[in-house]
Amino acid sequence: MRGYIVRRLLATIPVVTVVAIFVFLLLRLSGGDPAAVIAGDSATTQQVQEIRLKLGLERPIGEQFVIWVGRILRGDFGESYFFKKTVAELIRDRLEPTLALAVCTLLLAVAMAVPLGVVAAVRRGTWIDRTVMGFSVLGFSVPVFVIGYALIYLFAIELGWLPVQGYQRLAEGFWGFLERLILPSVTLAVIYVALIARITRASVLEVLGADHVRTARAKGLGAASVLLRHVLRNAAVPIVTVIGLGVALLIGGVVVTESVFGIPGLGRLTVDAVLARDYPTIQAVVLLFSVVYVMINLVVDLTYTLLDPRIRY
Amino acid sequence: MGGAILAVIFVIGLAAPLLGTRDPAQIDPISRNKRPGAVRILTGADGRQTSTTYWMGTDSLGRDIYSRVLYGARVSMLVGISVALISMAAGLVIGLLAGYLRWFDGFVMRIMDGLMAVPAILLAITLVSLSAAGLRAVIIAIVIPEVPRVVRLVRSVVLSIREEPYVEAATALGARTVPLIVRHVLPNALAPLIVQATYVCASAIVIEAILSFLGVGIPPQTPTWGNIMAEGRALFRVFPHNILFPSIFLAATVLAVNIMGDGLRDGLDPRLRNRL
Repeated sequence: MRGYIVRRLLATIPVVTVVAIFVFLLLRLSGGDPAAVIAGDSATTQQVQEIRLKLGLERPIGEQFVIWVGRILRGDFGESYFFKKTVAELIRDRLEPTLALAVCTLLLAVAMAVPLGVVAAVRRGTWIDRTVMGFSVLGFSVPVFVIGYALIYLFAIELGWLPVQGYQRLAEGFWGFLERLILPSVTLAVIYVALIARITRASVLEVLGADHVRTARAKGLGAASVLLRHVLRNAAVPIVTVIGLGVALLIGGVVVTESVFGIPGLGRLTVDAVLARDYPTIQAVVLLFSVVYVMINLVVDLTYTLLDPRIRY
Repeated sequence: MGGAILAVIFVIGLAAPLLGTRDPAQIDPISRNKRPGAVRILTGADGRQTSTTYWMGTDSLGRDIYSRVLYGARVSMLVGISVALISMAAGLVIGLLAGYLRWFDGFVMRIMDGLMAVPAILLAITLVSLSAAGLRAVIIAIVIPEVPRVVRLVRSVVLSIREEPYVEAATALGARTVPLIVRHVLPNALAPLIVQATYVCASAIVIEAILSFLGVGIPPQTPTWGNIMAEGRALFRVFPHNILFPSIFLAATVLAVNIMGDGLRDGLDPRLRNRL
């Protein structure tokens, strides 16, 4: 077990390294003098020179990479000349909305998708099954911003139940915070629900046909108990896997959803940084999101042993 | 059914100039923000009257949404098809090589894993930032996140096929590597590859629309569904039609491609039916 954890941890190193090299090269691939690119259009020659010295741009590229990694590991992501702040500060400011949106979406999606998938599997071939599966295909196909605008139009403009756009920090009141999170979370949850429900259905169907389920039924266990203790537990590994992999969709969706709903989070920051060609910020955000994604999937892999005691490494 | 919807949209895109459209980029300050169905009567210098009906209304620059949506189909089709073709071709070559050459495999797959660790939309947005916005940059930016998925698929097919007895037999009979790949491995990889291509096409259309919508994609004067929606964002509360019509077309197209993909998957390889 400990050996497995160590091996799994080691396996993330090449992945993170490749991502780091890519992110590092981003600035060099952008064309032009990196120092001038970072400083932006309105910089003086002296500022450019300072940045050049700070980044060690006169040294060989391998050495530059090592310096850069060292600074990142110390939490120094450089300075955004466009936003006139350090990138670390920028990220700290924008973290709460994105985190709130992501957690809300995740909870909502799992709470909806797993029961839907189970019901579809149990009632296989009925109209319930067909509705859930139809919704799943639809959820994959309708782009997230289309869903967002449809929901805004219906619930915020026509019915007036919820605010149209914006974000309120948790510290300024829970209800205002929650009220503004409902529509974006539902929007973002749609594609995630589609994905999880589909896998849940497939994996529950597989377990339903197994011998031990028949035995459990034969010994007179109630349907609910069979489902929870014998079916869902065995179907859990693929479901948890897809929840982890789906985080990539979630991150991509955050970028779009925050723009639709005017939420000042990391997703919006990414788009603004790209529009402004603010590379230190772009680099930091890409690196951050990718590392989070890799880490979540690492945790998912490590939970397999808890979910299924038969898995031994 | 997916194929039918798709054929209709394809024809609409191709025949856009014949379907009563105007110049999709023509700005008309007098007829800004017209509601769908609005009619405008122009009296010419010679006293003759011509009437224009804006079936889907106009945007805040007075451009005809109907024309823009129809022309937008062209961009979506072009992006979807070219991304699918390019990423299949690149993925096929890299995947075959990785499946066959051990030394190449380890190196390439690490890069692919790294690329897959960056969420697709984020990677595409980042890549777009590297060059001036334009159709070519957008296509490349969408292709790169898709390639690793194709490579993995092709590689897995190669790895399973090379253990098959008939491939071993061919090798034993002295078949050389390249003809072997072409004659035995390629046909096996083709069915899942075609299915994958339709899904890549669907996701390319969505990502292009997202990039344009966020303002980092194809320049705003080009009519694309994402651009029309981006333009309509500011006045969405008052004039939702700017967003409504391109949304419908976009969603219908992607749905059609996905349904076609599911159909192909079931038709080409029954074994794949229960997998994702």
